[in-house]
Amino acid sequence: MAALDVAGVSHSYGPKRALNDVSFSIAPATFTVLLGLNGAGKTTLFSLISHLYDTRGGSIRIFGHDVSRASGEALRRVGIVFQARTLDLDLSVHQNLSYHAALHGIGGREARQRIAALLDIVDMQGRQHDKARSLSGGQIRRIEIARALLHRPSLLLLDEATVGLDIQSRAGILATIRKLVETEGIGVLWATHLIDEVEDGDHVVVLRQGELVAKGKVADVVRTSGAGSIRDAFSRLSRIETAGIAEISP
Amino acid sequence: MSAPAMPEKVAGIIPVKFEKFGLRHYLICLKGLVLRECLRFLHQRERFISSLVRPLIWLFIFAAGFRQVLGVSIIPPYKTYVLYEVYITPGLCGMILLFSGMQSSLSMVYDREMGNMRTLLVSPFPRWFLLVSKMLAGVSVSIAQVYAFLIVAWFWGVKAPPIGYLMVLPALFLSGMMLCALGMLLSSMIKQLENFAGIMNFVIFPGYFASPALYPLWRIQEASPLLYKICLANPFTYAVELIRFAFYGQINWLSLGVVAGCTLLFLAAAIIAYDPSRGLMTRKQDTGGNA
Repeated sequence: MAALDVAGVSHSYGPKRALNDVSFSIAPATFTVLLGLNGAGKTTLFSLISHLYDTRGGSIRIFGHDVSRASGEALRRVGIVFQARTLDLDLSVHQNLSYHAALHGIGGREARQRIAALLDIVDMQGRQHDKARSLSGGQIRRIEIARALLHRPSLLLLDEATVGLDIQSRAGILATIRKLVETEGIGVLWATHLIDEVEDGDHVVVLRQGELVAKGKVADVVRTSGAGSIRDAFSRLSRIETAGIAEISP
Repeated sequence: MSAPAMPEKVAGIIPVKFEKFGLRHYLICLKGLVLRECLRFLHQRERFISSLVRPLIWLFIFAAGFRQVLGVSIIPPYKTYVLYEVYITPGLCGMILLFSGMQSSLSMVYDREMGNMRTLLVSPFPRWFLLVSKMLAGVSVSIAQVYAFLIVAWFWGVKAPPIGYLMVLPALFLSGMMLCALGMLLSSMIKQLENFAGIMNFVIFPGYFASPALYPLWRIQEASPLLYKICLANPFTYAVELIRFAFYGQINWLSLGVVAGCTLLFLAAAIIAYDPSRGLMTRKQDTGGNA
């Protein structure tokens, strides 16, 4: 069963088409990069997957659960790191994480244990009583990742999670997420426009102006697009008119 | 940041068998929302102080000034002449609930603009439950503010029968729910924080002044029959009267019915408005707004 199955999804903002018949799926325990320039439709797609917007055209399933019809069951299986910072800056790290745990029905000792363990994972142990306001951008992102993992999701969505961070923080966050894929078997959809975050073994989905222009393993996308590297392939797929979707089997 | 090994205690994230949410999970969620609202309120000391100062200014200054001007005849639930301070105290309790309800609307708009709202809306609990819980959280904070005001008023010599302080609790709760539900509905219509000034001018002030909070309805009827009709159509009128009667251990059934009905109406409208498939938030998607 696919961790995420996006089938024929379209979405419009009034007359402006943001997504047009987008279809792809993500297998469990894989790292998939959703590539696209600003305005490609990445955030709209995230809003649809997380049921912030209703899916009007097509369907989205998370481990078989339709996001529109069984949103509760679908959302229990997904952890989300939004592009915008979503920590409550007036509250401490622990209070922020406890709040999120409560929103997933996790309370008391169990919540405390999970928070302590996850702060270890994101290398923020000992900071749980700090106010979120006192943290740096990179630290806030780490806490948001810990928060997204609190309810033990099987699928993790990260929307431009490293934007605005320094190189070291970016590398650290990326390494942590990749390790989660390996050790915990979490499926990851990593949205970015930063091509250097893609590795050879990754799967990629490329969006351009709401259209899906390529999907598959990095090597296959590079080969099909006739480019010499994923950087060139992304550049071609994003800026040059392409004739149809480069279909690559995973 | 390094990538440390996963501790044993969180290993095995996959596969996870999710148990069905039971009452315990719902209560944990409710408690989390109430706790967050209380913490936010406590962290914002200025908000606490201003919420207390506003009605106290009315009680200490306005009421003292108008005591001689505005005579209050014997009207239910009062059995004798009462001081003007005593008359306006239920209205001031309503004022706290009104401002607090609108403040929760403000916080919803703020949360939406800042992105915090997303963390709430992606919770797997039903959206109606999340919104009702958020309202309960807001009402809990409002009621705490009302009792803080009543303590100060008590020392100022404005005293209700002792049992009244207990009897008024359900009236405060229901009135608070109605005003919070209205605030929540309004928050779904407001696109930006700046538009909140409109709420002050078009909801809070007219709602407060076109009610028996400051003067009895019979006086308004004498002054302007049209304004009297407007007051009768104002749900806040019934919230004030419900609170006023409750202070004296009585139930104003008409007020109870109107407040309960309006609570259900506003709540249903707010739930629809926040439903991604049906509500006003959907229309905001059409204009590219954030949910």
